[in-house]
Amino acid sequence: MIQVEGLTKRFGDVLAVDHVSFDVKEGEVFGFLGPNGAGKTTTVRMLAGLISKTEGRAEVAGCEVGKEADALRLRRQIGVLPENLGLYESSNAIQNLEYFGQLQRMDNVTLRRNIERLLRVMDLWEKRDIPVETFSKGMRQKLAIARALLHDPIVLFLDEPTASLDPEAAKMVRDTILGLRAEKRTIFLNTHNLDEAQRVCDRVGILRTRLLTVGTPRELESKLFGRRTVVRLERVTEQLANAVRTRLGSRRVEIRGNELSVEVEDPDRENPEIADALTTAGGRILGLSQSEASLEDVYLKLVQEGGPGA
Amino acid sequence: MRLSQAWTVARHDMQLLRQRRGILVGLVAFPVGIGVGFPALIQFLLLPRGGPDPATWAPMFIDAFAFWFVIGAASLPTSIASYSIVGEKVSKSLEPLLATPTTDGEILLGKTLAALVPTLLAMSVGATLFQVLIDLETVGPFGYLYYPNWQMAVELFIAMPLVALTAVEASVVISSRVTDTRSAQQYAGVILVPMIFVYVAAEIVLTLTAINLLYISAAFGLLALLLFWVSVNAFRREEILTRWK
Repeated sequence: MIQVEGLTKRFGDVLAVDHVSFDVKEGEVFGFLGPNGAGKTTTVRMLAGLISKTEGRAEVAGCEVGKEADALRLRRQIGVLPENLGLYESSNAIQNLEYFGQLQRMDNVTLRRNIERLLRVMDLWEKRDIPVETFSKGMRQKLAIARALLHDPIVLFLDEPTASLDPEAAKMVRDTILGLRAEKRTIFLNTHNLDEAQRVCDRVGILRTRLLTVGTPRELESKLFGRRTVVRLERVTEQLANAVRTRLGSRRVEIRGNELSVEVEDPDRENPEIADALTTAGGRILGLSQSEASLEDVYLKLVQEGGPGA
Repeated sequence: MRLSQAWTVARHDMQLLRQRRGILVGLVAFPVGIGVGFPALIQFLLLPRGGPDPATWAPMFIDAFAFWFVIGAASLPTSIASYSIVGEKVSKSLEPLLATPTTDGEILLGKTLAALVPTLLAMSVGATLFQVLIDLETVGPFGYLYYPNWQMAVELFIAMPLVALTAVEASVVISSRVTDTRSAQQYAGVILVPMIFVYVAAEIVLTLTAINLLYISAAFGLLALLLFWVSVNAFRREEILTRWK
């Protein structure tokens, strides 16, 4: 649904996005993670045809980004939720949506039907006649998402949809995104909220001008840190560590206080082996747990060190 | 360029305009004020003076007053255009607008129409009132209907639209460089300087005949063309999203 190859954007001497390549499949929620100034918004703007690219090639919903002949078709196929919502404050929810539906050249019947459906889904139908300036942040965010969805776009770009929202409003918006995921919409989500990415994204890319890595949250965690089993023992000795090493091959086994931390590939298969090796060697196990790096660990490692190979 | 798309933008901006009382008051008060006020001035202060035949001196005053409709056409659209563009800039609503299948030219044309249509309608209503009242006052002393005449036709149908267009294009250019509507209006007020210059010159050396008004209109037409070129370049989505303050 989205194919990007070597996408680059320069503003004068400043390199904002550097040869970024990735693809997003139909129905996938793809998260773009990165610190402020990483180039996330610039990438979305390029993909939405709002600004030009300096180099590279991108295709969104069958439209070539940057090709004049495809520009209007591209903007009919996509929905964009910008970081700044840009709602018309003195207008009500219906007036806000009507204007954008008319600009999308929707016929009146479909427009009215979609407005009612979306406002009901977003739980804003009862507030439809009230000026937007009286809405809470969460309500505004939901109205802006409704605006982006009004013309049934194939691809949805959401730029920091929960930034500056309180936890309750953020949850409300995340639930909405999960609802869209259930509808198999292709969603490109810019965020620096790692928890959000972990909860709603099928795959994530970590960007810091360059794309540092792409994968499912689980893949990234395993790829960069591996999975570990932590065994709490009554007393840890080098002999016990060696017993585990011998049983599992030359795996990384570390002693941390009264715990043994063992790198594993398949915990269901290997944990009983570890337990057996330890008890056979005379160890007394007090507890055994699985330790996994979080997406936050992955993110911080990549962003601070600058690449997946680091 | 799809006119229907531009008209959608214009209609929406005019709908927002209805919620801005300050602009609406100006839009009604200025044309009605000069449309009724100047004839009243002539009726109550100038005509009862006696002395020479009014037909020899009154037309000079009437023509000078009539030029205020051209000045109004330069002044009123700047406040509408400033709100229409800087207002969107301040509320950050240009980005979602630019993400719709609407070209930059269609948005610019829509915003231009949103400033031009109400201005020209309001000034036309004021000018009609002015002409009717002047005719009622002067038909007796002059012995003929002063309006309609070629001079007013040129002012209404050529000078006013061109001057208003110049003011709107100037507002677009200025709006791209300022961050609040008040500054935009103040800077756009510069467009009034040549109008005041023409007005003063008309009192001293220049007679506002239909021909002279055509020359003045042509000058504003050229200025409008130049500003249109500059505004089209300023109103490009990449510029708006990355360079506008």
